[in-house]
Amino acid sequence: MNLDARIPEGPLAQKWDKFRRDAKLVNPANKRKYDIIVVGTGLAGASAAATFGELGYNVKSFCIQDSPRRAHSVAAQGGINAAKNYQNDGDSVYRLFYDTIKGGDFRAREANVYRLAQVSGNIIDQCVAQGVPFAREYSGYLSNRSFGGAQVSRTFYARGQTGQQLLLGAYQSLMRQVNLGTVKLFPRTEMLDLVVVNGHAKGIITRNLITGAIESHAADAVVLATGGYGNAWYLSTNAQGSNATAIWRAHKKGACFANPCYAQIHPTCIPVSGDSQSKLTLMSESLRNDGRVWVPKKKGDKRAPGAIPEDERDYYLERKYPSYGNLAPRDISSRAAKQVCDEGRGVGESGLGVYLDFSAAIQRLGEAKIAERYGNLFDMYHEITGESAYKVPMRIFPAIHYTMGGLWVDYNLMSNLPGLFVAGEANFSDHGANRLGASALMQGLADGYFVLPYTIGDYLASQKPGSRPKTDATEFQQAEKEAREQLQKLLAIRGKRTVTDFHKHLGKIMWEYCGMARNETGLKKALELIPALQEEFWKDVNIPGESSDLNQSLERAGRVADYFELAELIVRDALVRDESCGGHFREEHQEEGECKRNDEQFAYVAAWEYKGVDQAPVLNKEPLHYEELHLATRSYK
Amino acid sequence: MNVTLKVWRQEGPETPGKFVRYAAQNLSPNMSFLEMLDTVNETITKSGEEPIAFDHDCREGICGMCSCIINGEPHGPEKKVATCQTYLRSFKDGETITIEPFRAKAFPLIKDLIVNRSAFDRIIQAGGFVSTSAGSAPDGNAIPVPKQHTDAAMDAAACIGCGACVAACKNASAMLFVSAKVSHLNLLPQGQTEKERRVLGMVEQMDQEGFGACTVTGSCEAVCPKGISLNFIAKMNRDYFGALLRGSPKATVESV
Repeated sequence: MNLDARIPEGPLAQKWDKFRRDAKLVNPANKRKYDIIVVGTGLAGASAAATFGELGYNVKSFCIQDSPRRAHSVAAQGGINAAKNYQNDGDSVYRLFYDTIKGGDFRAREANVYRLAQVSGNIIDQCVAQGVPFAREYSGYLSNRSFGGAQVSRTFYARGQTGQQLLLGAYQSLMRQVNLGTVKLFPRTEMLDLVVVNGHAKGIITRNLITGAIESHAADAVVLATGGYGNAWYLSTNAQGSNATAIWRAHKKGACFANPCYAQIHPTCIPVSGDSQSKLTLMSESLRNDGRVWVPKKKGDKRAPGAIPEDERDYYLERKYPSYGNLAPRDISSRAAKQVCDEGRGVGESGLGVYLDFSAAIQRLGEAKIAERYGNLFDMYHEITGESAYKVPMRIFPAIHYTMGGLWVDYNLMSNLPGLFVAGEANFSDHGANRLGASALMQGLADGYFVLPYTIGDYLASQKPGSRPKTDATEFQQAEKEAREQLQKLLAIRGKRTVTDFHKHLGKIMWEYCGMARNETGLKKALELIPALQEEFWKDVNIPGESSDLNQSLERAGRVADYFELAELIVRDALVRDESCGGHFREEHQEEGECKRNDEQFAYVAAWEYKGVDQAPVLNKEPLHYEELHLATRSYK
Repeated sequence: MNVTLKVWRQEGPETPGKFVRYAAQNLSPNMSFLEMLDTVNETITKSGEEPIAFDHDCREGICGMCSCIINGEPHGPEKKVATCQTYLRSFKDGETITIEPFRAKAFPLIKDLIVNRSAFDRIIQAGGFVSTSAGSAPDGNAIPVPKQHTDAAMDAAACIGCGACVAACKNASAMLFVSAKVSHLNLLPQGQTEKERRVLGMVEQMDQEGFGACTVTGSCEAVCPKGISLNFIAKMNRDYFGALLRGSPKATVESV
């Protein structure tokens, strides 16, 4: 397959201008003749749907939650980056672009990232206008904090609830459009398939999660903004409902899946405490601004943290990365934590944890100041662990948090299937092999408010108004039939093991062999274990109830069925990528414990093509050309 | 630890519901309340029965999806947390725990512990926004906002829209939710232009949805997982009467 990224010609800084100069437009009177489907109502989906409505398109907005406001973007804590340079500390569009490419370990597409940095400032303006209560100084001007992987303060925040506030802004804009009649909402509705007509994405098949009704929806274009696939590892910081079904089924209809093995493991999560644990809770990376990470110097030191004198503590991030210290990027901090735990210096009952200590900051700034900055995070930590981080250091450990991989998209955020656009975490485009903190919110909103509204018009202008197929077309009927058959097939098994049981088991395989460190032997082993477990799933899973009403076991079963297939692709991708880069750490390729990239062979985007059940997927490579930057070894030392 | 659950089971809105008892055994006090329900559901599923349907998503107290009345209190015994952040250490070994759905006319039941809270979305549609479209915003620092105003707006905006305030109120009033939503925007300069039509539109929609009247008992504030203050109700009433006195037009569908 020839993957054309359609990057505009010309110097990097002028590419987006050139695109906008050349893009085809849909005239205002014609916009209402086009229907757009947007699946997902997180930052990317809600902002896209609202903006399409503002432009005058007819929008159908789908989400699995009971309200669009609950999408998992709501849980992002720390902040959103923008190259505003309000702090006068040397920030610029170029520096944000450079930090993002470098943070992504030179595995992202330059042109997309530059555009992201260019529109970052507009996002802040837009959110402020919507009434997002960003933190402010006494002057009334916006406040900033610093974040991992950057030496400037460019992160805007609303206490520890930035994602919630940005999502409410987008949701409120969306509700305004619902009121105006441009957007129709479909809550508690799950996309089960993508409908492709004459090679173009022209609709979706959905299941109403309350009545179980299977329905067809046709449109002139489809946008997937359905988030990441971190739950393939079972335990992650994702919401329970976060799933890969929409993007996976689109993949099976022809959309390439790019870089599935790039998953981010977040360094500051609350450690696992028991076997019944259903999710891991993140403690915002912003805590590393004032918290110092350490473990005892001695192996197996079981003394209480307060009893360990200063000179017997190893502040390993400050020691290894003096210039970035506790603010080293996420992948590096996570691996460093794994290393000290592997050495037997981990803390807590399981030995899988490191301290994040605020005592120095409390001494310097006082408890009140720390409470103002992180109060809700400290409360959250207290609720979960019963410990006060004002008194004893937090215990943290890395956990699966974000997936940089996703459906392949070109510069216009359109997949290789014309008419199918993919935004936010669901696409692969901007973060390379590792995402920097506070950049997910930026990307989701950039895609929705300022990129898709331009690029989708360019596609729609090539489609005759009123040319979209009707839902009685054979393609829709066939897809509906297949969706019903799969549900019936799952229900008919009536085996012995629960869906959760299978999901947990899959998660263990993934964490063990395709987690923080990977190697050829382990990945090959996973490629045997996953299909075997998958086979058992299809023989022995037990799903009570019917498909004709609300059935949460059935919902989960469909998602887990997809995780099996996706997990295999993740492992396959990890095996083929025989180098270390960003979040993908192959033990065979390291230099003093750091990632060792192989640019000659692997400076490409791996875009996997589905070839059918029991067929090996085909790897297509989009070479990454660096016009502006030189590929360099990342150093945060 | 071991507990006995008394759970409200109801197949659908039209069928009668009833309490069913389940034994939950060998639990760790550090397990979350919803993980305990997961464990019970695993046992129920293995017996071939349908597990208890309950709403949940983020499990970190921010999405507002989880609900439940636990031992008579929305979101259970602990203050300022949602059901998903409730841990078994808040209960006694051997205790019988009663679990019911949020009960209010405006939140019709869907199944077991799941109710329909889309009335809240419709209230937001009636004015809970600033009418700004992408592309038209001035620079973020163009309008300074006094820190105390932005902090107060943030206090209101922290509402997660779970509906516990409605469930706790003997009149099933939604005043705490609506006042938080109105105040968040009405406290900021960006929200001033539409201040009056916002409050009139949202209050009217709230009444149409069948929520009851507010008698300021404060039960809503007591159970709110985010500690939203009753003061916002006073503030909204002030905005509302001001708008009535001035005869401001309420939010109506504008032409696109």
